[in-house]
Amino acid sequence: MISDNYEYVIGLEIHAQMLTRSKLFCGCSTQFGATANSQTCPVCSGFPGVLPVLNREAVNMTIRTGLAINGQVRLMSEFARKNYFYPDLPNGYQISQFELPIIEHGHVNIELTKGADKKKGGPMKRIGITRIHMEVDAGKNIHEGIVGASWVDLNRTGVPLMEIVSEPDIRTPEEAGEYLKKIRSIVRYLGACDGNMEQGSFRCDANVSIRRTGQAEFGTRAELKNLNSIRNVMRAIEYEGGRQEDLLESGGKVIQETRLWDPTKNESRSMRGKEEAHDYRYFPEPDLPPLIVTEERIEQLRAKMPELPDDKKERFREQYGLNAYDAGLLTGSQRLANYYETVAETVTKAGKSDNKIAANWVAVELLALLNKNSIDIDKSPVSAVNLGNLVALIINNTISGKIAKEVFAIMFETGEAPGKIVKEKGLEQVTDTGAIEAEVDQVLKKHAKEVEAYRDGKTKLLGFFVGQVMKATKGKASPKMVNELLRKKL
Amino acid sequence: MERANLTIKEASDQLKERKISAVELTRAYLGRINALNEKINAYVTVDEQSALKAAEAADARIAKGEATPMTGIPIAHKDLFCTEGVQTTCGSRMLKGFKPPYDATVTTRLKESGAVILGKTNMDEFAMGSSTETSYYGVTRNPWDLERIPGGSSGGSAAAVAAGLCVAATGTDTGGSIRQPAAVTGITGLKPTYGRVSRYGMIAFASSLDQGGPMCRTAEDTAIMLQSIAGHDAKDSTSLNIETPDFSALLNKGIKGLKIGVPTECFGEGLEDDVRSAIDEAKKVFADAGAELVTISLPYTGVAIPTYYIIAPAEASSNLARYDGVKFGYRCENPNDLQDLYSRSRAEGFGSEVKRRIMLGTYVLSSGYYDAYYRRAQKARRLIANDFTKAFESVDAVLTPTTPGTAFKLGEKKDDPVQMYLSDIYTINVNLAGLPGMSLPCGFDGNNLPIGMQLIGKPLDEAGILRIAHTYQKETDWHSKAPDLSGIA
Repeated sequence: MISDNYEYVIGLEIHAQMLTRSKLFCGCSTQFGATANSQTCPVCSGFPGVLPVLNREAVNMTIRTGLAINGQVRLMSEFARKNYFYPDLPNGYQISQFELPIIEHGHVNIELTKGADKKKGGPMKRIGITRIHMEVDAGKNIHEGIVGASWVDLNRTGVPLMEIVSEPDIRTPEEAGEYLKKIRSIVRYLGACDGNMEQGSFRCDANVSIRRTGQAEFGTRAELKNLNSIRNVMRAIEYEGGRQEDLLESGGKVIQETRLWDPTKNESRSMRGKEEAHDYRYFPEPDLPPLIVTEERIEQLRAKMPELPDDKKERFREQYGLNAYDAGLLTGSQRLANYYETVAETVTKAGKSDNKIAANWVAVELLALLNKNSIDIDKSPVSAVNLGNLVALIINNTISGKIAKEVFAIMFETGEAPGKIVKEKGLEQVTDTGAIEAEVDQVLKKHAKEVEAYRDGKTKLLGFFVGQVMKATKGKASPKMVNELLRKKL
Repeated sequence: MERANLTIKEASDQLKERKISAVELTRAYLGRINALNEKINAYVTVDEQSALKAAEAADARIAKGEATPMTGIPIAHKDLFCTEGVQTTCGSRMLKGFKPPYDATVTTRLKESGAVILGKTNMDEFAMGSSTETSYYGVTRNPWDLERIPGGSSGGSAAAVAAGLCVAATGTDTGGSIRQPAAVTGITGLKPTYGRVSRYGMIAFASSLDQGGPMCRTAEDTAIMLQSIAGHDAKDSTSLNIETPDFSALLNKGIKGLKIGVPTECFGEGLEDDVRSAIDEAKKVFADAGAELVTISLPYTGVAIPTYYIIAPAEASSNLARYDGVKFGYRCENPNDLQDLYSRSRAEGFGSEVKRRIMLGTYVLSSGYYDAYYRRAQKARRLIANDFTKAFESVDAVLTPTTPGTAFKLGEKKDDPVQMYLSDIYTINVNLAGLPGMSLPCGFDGNNLPIGMQLIGKPLDEAGILRIAHTYQKETDWHSKAPDLSGIA
């Protein structure tokens, strides 16, 4: 953490593994988890004389991502070789883009949590995106369980990556977290990347420096690596800010270096300094002609863009009358948003609609149980139609909210439809005035003392009577009717 | 079959007329290889069994009447064309014993045409050199004088064709590596337009300059062989997706009215007199055939060599990074750690010329030098290409010497890289401009060593220069001369 005397200047580099079926420059599969070196060929293994052929789908995905972040697509971009030796890099160079990346000058808007209002949401901040370029992933060196050697698995070698580079516009660890969430949500919406940080298909390096509040020029930055969750990104930035402030305050200097985050120790250590930094000797990749993209291609891709998170959130607020918080939560993923829309639609079909209750059931009840059991929304045991029907039962007073929770728990266990459960267990709300009136009379008779106290002005006792009636009816009586009848009789 | 100078055309006719079988022809060449290769060292690998098997298949194909002009023709591949299951060394210790699990596209196409592959020919290590002296597999000798170099880097292919150890061979040309050896061994060799022939499976030296092509006895043969290897290949993104003309059909159109440019820059200092007068004679032949010779200027010729020696090593330093002792090829013994594995495998696996160029290339690409060298070289490259564009506004082809002199002695320039580099002074700008160029024999010097001249065509106009060369070869017989090897066999 840094004190108020300083502020952060943060830029993030995201590596997003693209969800193409084949690698960037050969036909090998990109499937995760196969037997080591089973998804390799002479091209991705760097054999002599073989040549790269660009995957069109990867280009399309990058263009779509570029459009989603309001970027400009270069009609002519260029691949370049980044040269360095490492066993998991069989060519001795990585094919990347350097001087002429395919996407430039983009931005996204993030919502700040500081000063946020549940109804209207937080203040918005624009984060610039310098560029997105395509490049190949490296393989993996395996050291565990081997003495005196290392093994190399080239299955991941050549898998397409998008590197998304932000401007140094980020000022707090929270902003970094929000920015990452926004980008992750966008690439997931586009089906361009699964956004899985733990598995490493969505990786982030952070360039962090601090400067005295009010100072215009940037301080010396450190590059943080090995940040495998959004939480770790934020924690590592906080730690780095504190480390740099301590250095500066004690008369020291921040040196430009690459630091490795240790999530178990909650600290970072120096990996290499500026002197040891590689000289990558970039130059245009002579095996690939310049990449030419036509305006028509861009327009065709633009026409097929899905509704993006920001637009969907706006629509949820308008169409369903949701507050900023709920709309943001429900549009966090496309699948969750789709789920909610099905729930809301089912409720409406059943008669009266109440989008807020529907939102509440998805965002609170369902998500709580799913998270608790680590179940993905796609595999929810409660289907959206069933949840919609449950909400409909509440709205049309067939069951009370309390009973609904019981029914929901059974639905989550069994996957059964709410109507069936309610019928089988006889949980319908009692709305027959005569039946409720009988129970009310019984309760008032039984508790004559309390009735007297109530009539003497202890009106708080109303809740007690309601409770007694509900207990007597096993919760099936309509609370509204019980209240009305009690008031009348007291 | 005692003739060293049998052509593809003649052999193909004889095969079709059943005067000889492909197996007989193949055996005859294998016999010559057995008798002569020890002295000449044109081949690194001879694959008798596969050759005979291919010859049998060719005979069957001929019998069925499905032969192409290449069917049954015994040829050789420069040892940087990958051949599935057959050792491909690139002239280097680094790839000793390396058997690629795939064929180069050129290899595939020639196999499909029915050609018989006799073996793999020697070359300068990783195609870096002009004398075949940098090969790990020993020097190749020039069949015209065994004490002289056969040129390089495709010296093994050139010597094999010249000595009649194959009918034709493949070569590659990054700065003159087909044309210069063709010139000094008295054969005909063509470097196609960049992108005309697929580079897939052709071990890279400098990717933006490398181009494979035929090395034959005649322009007519060159047209036949080019036909079978040219054309778009989806596996090479720099190969051109355009139609391949019928090169043989365009050979006989004559050259009446064609304008042939003669650049003054290529006839100045450093050119041997015998070469100059041979080309003067050739000019007369062209003029007699109805062509007009026009003096032109290529002002940036002088910067071609420095430009080339920035771009080619830069690309090579990166292309050769894959030879790290990790996956295939040479690995040092008992490395202490990863760094030691890298440095010793590369130090021991590469020869000194390769290491020199890797260091040069690494230097010109390094941070702080990139703009001064690589970027400037790219600009110079454009200026060189512009020279040709301008010249081709007024002429149909350009005529130059292929080399400043004839074959030099083994060892003569081995320790003087700059002198060695100057062997390619007339050929290098053709690669930088991506143009088609060919060398064909046009005489002999006082030592009875062959002299070559170079024809440079417009982009994609291989047919144009082949037609000029063919017209010339109908009027002269330099191309049918063969060295007398009776003394060594």
